[in-house]
Amino acid sequence: MSSHEIPEADELPEKRESAEGAVQVSEDPFADPGMPPHEHRKQDIDERAAQRSERTVALLFTSSMVATIAFIAAYVAIPVDKYIYVFPIGHISALNFALGLTLGVALFGIGAGAVHWARTLMSDVEIADERHPIEASPEVKAKVMEDFRAGAAESGFGRRKLARNTLFGALALVPLSGLVLLRDLGPMPGTKLRHTKWAKGKLLMNQNTMQPLRPEDIIVGSLTPALPEGLEEDQHDFQTEIAKAALMLVRLQPENIKDKRELEWSHDGIVAFSKICTHVGCPINLYEQQTHHVLCPCHQSTFDLSDGGRVIFGPAGHALPQLRITVNDEGYLEAMGDFSEPVGPAFWERG
Amino acid sequence: MKKLSARRRHPLAALVVLLFALAVTGGLYAAFSPSEAKADDSSAQSLAIEEGKKLYAVGCASCHGTGGQGSSDGPSLVGVGSAAVDFQVGTGRMPAQQPGAQMPKKKKVYTDAEIEQLSAYIASLGAGPSTPTKSQYDIEGADVAKGGELFRTNCAQCHNFAGKGGALTNGKYAPALDDVSPKHLYEAMQTGPQNMPSFPDTTLPEKNKQDIIAYLDTVNSDKSKTPGGLELGGLGPVSEGLFAWVFGMGALIVLTIWVAARTAKAKKS
Repeated sequence: MSSHEIPEADELPEKRESAEGAVQVSEDPFADPGMPPHEHRKQDIDERAAQRSERTVALLFTSSMVATIAFIAAYVAIPVDKYIYVFPIGHISALNFALGLTLGVALFGIGAGAVHWARTLMSDVEIADERHPIEASPEVKAKVMEDFRAGAAESGFGRRKLARNTLFGALALVPLSGLVLLRDLGPMPGTKLRHTKWAKGKLLMNQNTMQPLRPEDIIVGSLTPALPEGLEEDQHDFQTEIAKAALMLVRLQPENIKDKRELEWSHDGIVAFSKICTHVGCPINLYEQQTHHVLCPCHQSTFDLSDGGRVIFGPAGHALPQLRITVNDEGYLEAMGDFSEPVGPAFWERG
Repeated sequence: MKKLSARRRHPLAALVVLLFALAVTGGLYAAFSPSEAKADDSSAQSLAIEEGKKLYAVGCASCHGTGGQGSSDGPSLVGVGSAAVDFQVGTGRMPAQQPGAQMPKKKKVYTDAEIEQLSAYIASLGAGPSTPTKSQYDIEGADVAKGGELFRTNCAQCHNFAGKGGALTNGKYAPALDDVSPKHLYEAMQTGPQNMPSFPDTTLPEKNKQDIIAYLDTVNSDKSKTPGGLELGGLGPVSEGLFAWVFGMGALIVLTIWVAARTAKAKKS
């Protein structure tokens, strides 16, 4: 580099062939400049450096072998329920920690060794491969076209019209079998989305204790999850049913209820609302007892439980459905019927 | 009698008389003390209420009103019970530093004795949940699995499934439940502080509360075990995804740069 910066005596301007600033135009300005001269690595010219590199590569591969053996040993020796404290991670299963660490080192050792080998010892001489036109020669093209014509004539595709047309028919019909399989995507939901397990006379069961609820159990400011009577967690359709029937009970001061219908459907200030968000059906239970707002954790739809479950923020399309409740002769809370509208998100035929 | 008087100058006579006198005094005290102690107890109670009233007038009345009836700056404290006071003052949430969406937990201002006096005063204003006793929030023999179920049904919507807390509306939030004492957990469920709904014994019995406390003690204390390793705040896919993108991709980029980097040449060009 430095030798080019200070002009030598024979490169002084007056000794040069052309004047300073003149542009020399070569014959082909776009000619391939060719490869830059190859530079040797230390390992290419110094055998001791190459041996050092080889030892490094061997060390990486050996560490991989050691780690593999350690993996097997850890798997055999460390009990599953042993926990150790590792500083930034915390109390972690000793087995998981040892297996992860040793397997990681085993794989990394192979990869890093291979890369180091390629970078320092394998040849790094630059090679260029010339491109060739991909087009076939005219003779080959002519031969292919001729063969195709001969084959078409021999097959009798143009002449044997019966065979040809029935082939077309068969090919057109085959996809139908695939279409018929789609029938198994059913059965159609029917009116499933419009009904829940709630019905007239069903008791409101406390989901925590599975006991029927009394009005005096529910105090102002509390939140109680409830299930319809007869829905048990070990039933096979529990998840399907709870996804529609989940209910939350809160008690408001009756004078705080702004919506007339809500007040009518409540019992002594106890209101029962569906827990399923009317946007995309997330369970909503984030109840703020001072504001009477319920918040959906998925998209932040906010409903006002003191105003008929009205949407006050977020993407939900309609108010939270309310279940009409009353108290029966024995003093237990019961439903007056199913929800009056489909719970959860809107759907095509919801109306 | 003569025998007794004959020995009245015995060297040990003074000791015998002293012992006899002590026994009589002690016996009399034992006979009369229970009623006295009872009187003492109720007077201690009324003394605590008196002291609590004084503390209340200084520290609380400006927002909650002179008689605990509440004002535009603070809710009424009639009927909140001693458990609510023990929670709010015991976790330092009260007295509030400044008005805001929510009162944060901070270093507590009052001593335990003062908190007890304040609780006694507030409890005297109206019936409410009282401070739980040790046996009520004792998690010995509690069902951790059932507690997890109950936690996910009743609490996880706001506090996150591992009790790591979460955001609510307008600057309010459900705090993380790390290192909250069993007593305060119990009181929070019982009384429903600030915007948290309450979970009274009628809907979430004492046994269920103990299960929930036991669950939190298992998954969310400084001795909680995490079999999978780094839990990244227990916040779920957001923090995990961010970690994978930043550190996983970062490590891959560094490796790629190493693979393709220019090797050291023998001669500096």
